[in-house]
Amino acid sequence: MAFNIELPHVGESVTEAVIGKWLKAPGDTIEKYDPLVEVITDKVAMDVPSPATGILTKIFATEGETVLMGAVIAEMDTAEEVVVAPASTQSATSSPSASRIGTLVQGANVGPTGGAFLDTSLSTPEPTPATSDAGKGISSGSRSSLTRKKGFSPVVTRLAAEHDVDLDSLIGTGLGGRVSKKDVLAAVEHRRVSASTSYPRGIIAEGEDEIIEPTPIRRMIADHMVKAVSEIPHAWSAIEVDVTGMVEWRTANKERFESENGVRLTYLPIALSVVAGALRSNPRLNSSWLDGKIVLKKAINVGVAVAADGGLVVPVVHNAADATVTELAGVLDGVVPRSRSGNMTIEDVRGGTFTLNNTGSLGSVWGGAIINHPQAAILTTEAIVKRPVVISNGGNDDIVVRSMMNICLSFDHRIIDGAEASEFLQSVKSGIEAISSDSDLR
Amino acid sequence: MSATANNPSNTTEQLSGARLLELYQTMVLSRYLDERVWLLNRQGKAAIAASAQGHEATQVACVEATDPSKDHYLIYYRQFAAMMALGTTPEEMLRGFLAKEDDPMSAARQFPLHGAHPRVDLFNFSNVIATQLPQAAGVALADKLKGSDAVTVVFFGDGASSQGDTHEAMNFAGVHKLPLIFFCENNRYAISVPIEKQMRVESVASRAVGYGFPGVLVDGTDVVAVHEVTKAAVDRARAGEGPTLIEASVERLLPHTTDDDHTRYRSAEDIAHMAERDPVKILSALLKRRDLLNDDSDAEIHAASKKRVNVATDTVDAEPYPSVDTMFDHVVDSVGGNF
Amino acid sequence: MSEQTVIEAVRATLQSEMRRDGSVIVLGEDVGSRGGVFLATDGLIDEFGENRVIDTPLAESSICGVALGAAVNGFRPIAEIQFADFVWPAINQLVGEASKVRYGTNGVKAAPMTVRIPYGGGVRGGLYHSQSIEVLFSHTPGLFVVAPATPYDAKGLLATAIRTDDPVIVLEHKRTYRLVKGDVPDEDYTIPIGKAEIKRPGTDMTIVTYGLMLHYSLQAAEMAAVNGIDVEVIDLRTLRPLDEDAIAESASRTGKALIVQEDTPAVSISSEVAAIIGERCFFDLDGPITRLGPPELPPMPFSPIQEAAFMPSPEKILAAITKLSEI
Repeated sequence: MAFNIELPHVGESVTEAVIGKWLKAPGDTIEKYDPLVEVITDKVAMDVPSPATGILTKIFATEGETVLMGAVIAEMDTAEEVVVAPASTQSATSSPSASRIGTLVQGANVGPTGGAFLDTSLSTPEPTPATSDAGKGISSGSRSSLTRKKGFSPVVTRLAAEHDVDLDSLIGTGLGGRVSKKDVLAAVEHRRVSASTSYPRGIIAEGEDEIIEPTPIRRMIADHMVKAVSEIPHAWSAIEVDVTGMVEWRTANKERFESENGVRLTYLPIALSVVAGALRSNPRLNSSWLDGKIVLKKAINVGVAVAADGGLVVPVVHNAADATVTELAGVLDGVVPRSRSGNMTIEDVRGGTFTLNNTGSLGSVWGGAIINHPQAAILTTEAIVKRPVVISNGGNDDIVVRSMMNICLSFDHRIIDGAEASEFLQSVKSGIEAISSDSDLR
Repeated sequence: MSATANNPSNTTEQLSGARLLELYQTMVLSRYLDERVWLLNRQGKAAIAASAQGHEATQVACVEATDPSKDHYLIYYRQFAAMMALGTTPEEMLRGFLAKEDDPMSAARQFPLHGAHPRVDLFNFSNVIATQLPQAAGVALADKLKGSDAVTVVFFGDGASSQGDTHEAMNFAGVHKLPLIFFCENNRYAISVPIEKQMRVESVASRAVGYGFPGVLVDGTDVVAVHEVTKAAVDRARAGEGPTLIEASVERLLPHTTDDDHTRYRSAEDIAHMAERDPVKILSALLKRRDLLNDDSDAEIHAASKKRVNVATDTVDAEPYPSVDTMFDHVVDSVGGNF
Repeated sequence: MSEQTVIEAVRATLQSEMRRDGSVIVLGEDVGSRGGVFLATDGLIDEFGENRVIDTPLAESSICGVALGAAVNGFRPIAEIQFADFVWPAINQLVGEASKVRYGTNGVKAAPMTVRIPYGGGVRGGLYHSQSIEVLFSHTPGLFVVAPATPYDAKGLLATAIRTDDPVIVLEHKRTYRLVKGDVPDEDYTIPIGKAEIKRPGTDMTIVTYGLMLHYSLQAAEMAAVNGIDVEVIDLRTLRPLDEDAIAESASRTGKALIVQEDTPAVSISSEVAAIIGERCFFDLDGPITRLGPPELPPMPFSPIQEAAFMPSPEKILAAITKLSEI
């Protein structure tokens, strides 16, 4: 029995996905749960498993295509019925030869009750609709004769939306100046040609530039960034944090921690722990602007931006404020490598409420990150650098060498004002600066 | 070849006393089950029932004269006792009436007694009156072409005798001398329309002459007589001598169906008079006259039947209805269709 | 391979199927010595005898009822209804009975029967030798309905019908019987039920049609090509089940659909095809789904001038093509 394979609903608030590489081809035998196709949503890249055992017969969604969840992406047959549509499936170009369709034999008439009756009642040919009432009752569809100039057909509307064509700017060649499908396609083609000719063609012709077709995940990131920047009014604030104590604590505890827990100790879980705590005391930072309302998120699920091969991914650490540094280190130790290798699960990327972006590991000292839509803010932890710092102690100013780190916040100015942003930054700062080599961080 | 009164030839074999007693037991069990089904309707559990009460003798005796291992039976909705005589269990019968999952005839897609029997070639495709007669001619034609000596019995009522299909079937069967028995159970009412408004002639059997084969009128309350005329017709058919029309006169003791009220169109006298022609009582009296039954053994048969019906009712009442999924099975065989 | 007319292909297929399978029998009015009024069974009685080529009384209900009975008792009967106009007394045995055998017995019984019905007009048949009767059968779950329009399809679909284990109604357009001549392979082949065929590929619009109108539509398409309109012509071939995928694929590709039929349009095959296109191709349509059929009169007048006025013709189809292409 043939049945349709639908794009499964993966993850809340996700409605569409981009089709990646097909891992099976039509005609392939597939086992239930075999990986069938790569799918990229704005939250995750994943392999969709086959819903049944059988033979993949048709693929409808092609690589790079954006598809609504629940839409049919392929068709398969169950194994019991191994019918891979033989001659019955026809392409537009396969049609039978004229000799097989048959030719009409002049005078070979059948009489009313089966005999051979050559009807000569009408010496003239059959009346044509133009000359008589013979056309009465025919062509029901065209009876309403589209003499209207306005009113676009479904395909015209769809193509115009797909290719961003202003229909009012077109001169239709259809009945009464109607804009037809051909007119829209012609306009798209014209624009493509003229666009490519208006660029300095010489450069391309000389072969010095390389054109890269973005991967589906690159395209997805691009769309997501455009959406965030165009929807969210970004504002920025940054602050210096003295992380000398945190560095000392890590140096003092690294060996013990790693042997006890079997995971690497980086600054990330420590910073994450402090940030999660600060979010709890500054709930506006952990919110979303939705339909003109501010939604304060109860869960504190912090996404951690990770650079992966295909592009940026953001695995989510759920309920980060309830976890110890040890637990956070453990979670990150699992999820970060998974996301780098593209093996994330839906759970790994679901439900983020705030994002922490550790650009410091790349040597950056300042950044204005783009907020991860629809969250309210994103914080970057920048590189830790040793600098001479003036410290006032009992009226005396001393220059000392301290480990310093900038933290930079991008925030949705619809929700958060500068004062609230500073308050949040201050709580992160004091949280980190409170750590010293003898702190009892768990 | 004209309609003859019940005058069985001496050559047909007679039923043994022991066999007669067994047929009586089948009739009593059928009667109890039939009554139970009526009650289940009043309880809201059986949506519809057509009773065979009054028709038991004729159905049981007719079946007795055939060979269920090879013969074909095209029945209609009142063949309750015929189905019992052909070995349908009380549970199987009740599954049809209660529309339960394991209804053997149609998996509860159709009304009770419609569909096809799992063990005997007995079937009843539709509720439309007399459609089974041309179909029976086709079944019999197939046997004739195959050279088989199987016989087809097609049951119908006096109402169906008015249908055009009845004429077409009898004409076709006559032309082709088919091994076919047209078995009419005439209870004198097509729902409410009495026999005098259905036909000008005295009997349905008298019409056989118009098709070129014998028509026999028999008292349908008399097991021995029905068996004898049917046996003669079966022998004729097996010998390649063609069809026979048998008309068994019976009483319909209950209204047409559970949805009918025969007091609206039958007089109280008429209804009371029917009791004298109750085939169960008639056979009971015959068996007692022949010392094959006494009051005690008769009471035992009744008690056993009642108990058997109780057990079957409890069993089937607890069984499940078919799941919705099975609704999509067996629409057509798939040969490229995409139903 | 040989060139045959439709009626020759039908006759040859009946003969080869009867040779292939001893359970295949033919029954109907005048199918014996007369060879059928259209000579579809000509000569069969000489080869297969009276037991397998059965002249019946003039009674359509019993022709189909008997065929049904024989089908459930081991045979593969082919019932011939002399003219579609005379099938109505048999509707009960086909729509009421045969279609429901498998379902109503939960698969215990099946009715492997074929009913051949010559139909259609344009032969000076008047009201009772011209009717198109496909809709009632095509509406009935449990039946298959095929309507081959070429000698090649007539052979392949009739063979499939005979070998199918459920009732198949085979509609043969009377006018095509001797009018249409084409190549038919000598070897055995079948055509799957439910598969339409693109008889002429095209890009500007899709004509969906069947029966005699296939040939008229192909003629009209050639005339339209002269004017630069490239018309695709789909021959439905099977009317139940309709090949929805083929219809939708073509209509989506061309963006315009014209449905041509000889039957009166109200509540007809064209209604169903239009619904399929509406449901499946909406966002690909560039013009109204258009139907071309005769006026809503009892088909069809005997008078030659009125018959011609009633029937769709290549010229009328061309006019409809032109109109739709200009939209």
